[in-house]
Amino acid sequence: MTARTFSARLLSPRGLAAAFAPASAPKPQLRAAGGRGASVTLRGFSKSFGPKQVLKKLDLHAPAGQFIAIVGKSGCGKSTLLRAILGLDQPTDGVVTVADQPPTSDSARIMFQEPRLLPWARVLDNVLVGVRGLGKIEAREAALDALRKVGLGDRAGEWPSVLSGGQKQRVALARALVSRPRLLALDEPLGALDALTRIEMQNLLERIWQKQGFTAVLVTHDVSEALALADRVIVLEDGGVSLDLTVDLPRPRRRGSPGIARLEGQILDRLFGAADRDAPTDLHGDLAQELYA
Amino acid sequence: MNLFKSGDLLAFVIPVGLILVWQALSSAGYLAPEVLPAPTAVALAGWRLATSGELWTNIAISAWRAGVGFLIGGGIGFAFGLANGLSKLSERLTDPTIQMVRTIPHLAMIPLVILWFGIDETAKIFLVALGVSFPIYLNTLHGVRTVDAQLVEMGRAYGMTPVELFLKVVLPGALPSIFVGLRYALGIMWLTLIVAETISASSGLGYMAMNAREFMLVDVVVLSILIYALLGKLADSVARWLERATLSWHPAYIAR
Repeated sequence: MTARTFSARLLSPRGLAAAFAPASAPKPQLRAAGGRGASVTLRGFSKSFGPKQVLKKLDLHAPAGQFIAIVGKSGCGKSTLLRAILGLDQPTDGVVTVADQPPTSDSARIMFQEPRLLPWARVLDNVLVGVRGLGKIEAREAALDALRKVGLGDRAGEWPSVLSGGQKQRVALARALVSRPRLLALDEPLGALDALTRIEMQNLLERIWQKQGFTAVLVTHDVSEALALADRVIVLEDGGVSLDLTVDLPRPRRRGSPGIARLEGQILDRLFGAADRDAPTDLHGDLAQELYA
Repeated sequence: MNLFKSGDLLAFVIPVGLILVWQALSSAGYLAPEVLPAPTAVALAGWRLATSGELWTNIAISAWRAGVGFLIGGGIGFAFGLANGLSKLSERLTDPTIQMVRTIPHLAMIPLVILWFGIDETAKIFLVALGVSFPIYLNTLHGVRTVDAQLVEMGRAYGMTPVELFLKVVLPGALPSIFVGLRYALGIMWLTLIVAETISASSGLGYMAMNAREFMLVDVVVLSILIYALLGKLADSVARWLERATLSWHPAYIAR
């Protein structure tokens, strides 16, 4: 049901395509935006929690408007990196800048793994949480517009509890984008969705990113998702960048195409190494032993 | 909607049935009037007291005491609940003491309170406030503590000021729990007041009942008890209505 209405919206001429047309958007002037995106730079970035050093002297530069994905095993410091870019955490050492400024809560928006909508606020009011520094009427307009962009313009008056998981995450996307951020941080935002909804969301995210031109930093453990969306995939390992891969494939990308498969293999090799790749064989051996025991 | 209405009526079946049975037993002479007067006799007593104005002044004075005590005690409990839920320092400082005082049955304070305040208004208001503050305190504290930390983090990341964070995230999140405390406190409010008025007062519903006992006016005693029940139900209904009005977002209250 959801999927059908959603794809219908994507396909219909007055649907998403029209909604993204610049003419239909009353442009809220939130900040003096030179280009749309904001560059992100980390220099000598280190972060420790007590004696444990999670990130060590990391250097990373994402030019304005780039879609960059950060993959790595859990506990590799992906989320720490994201929190630093958002200005939620201070680095132990080193410098973080967003558009050559120290990060503030206004310079970027984040989408979490969970929608994190306020259950006591209607869908529209939830999107309004993302609006800063606009008059009441303008804010409402901007929020409705953002909702229309994610295909939920007709659900503005509903409670979040009646929406499906994918719809909630689309509301969260609208909330993140309503202030037209120059940087969008995505902390595994699609991880909790079912496979089909996830593909829809990836498409939506890609379209909006192409339209608005913000810089996107996607943290994910799903390598194929990273490759479907990102211009560049960073593999984090042992507190540093162990692989920096440019994904030079035309968009929209087809899942399972040979180009993607090749890059995916390259990343997985890096993540698991040659020794670990034997692990499945060992597992089979163990299984067989158990079965025949 | 039809179902809802008939459900509403359904609630009256048992009380009305009991009154009918009671009336029948009284009329048939199974219930002696000095043990339990017939509903008609109680109604007559009610009419008599209502026309003389005695009933209304007593209800008014009791309601006033209950209301003032509730506002003071509830306000204090609410304030401490919020403060201790939001600030570790405040909690470390005050929570152990509050928890200790809480374990004293507040009605055990009556002798002391009479010594302090006499049988004045202050004594009753003090007791109501004392009794009411703890359930509100405990539930407010619990509500603030259990607010979804992920939502708080979201609010921070979206640049909410501490005041905004409190008004948009913490308070609404704590509200369901606060209402539990409110309803519980309303029950304690009536209980405390009636006990206090029964033991020491020169006006109010509890006094009216005790006074009637001295003159063997059983019908007035029964009337007083019925009025307690009605007022208690009224207070609970108001709380439920408030709950429904403010928690309409909650899945448990949607489409009811």
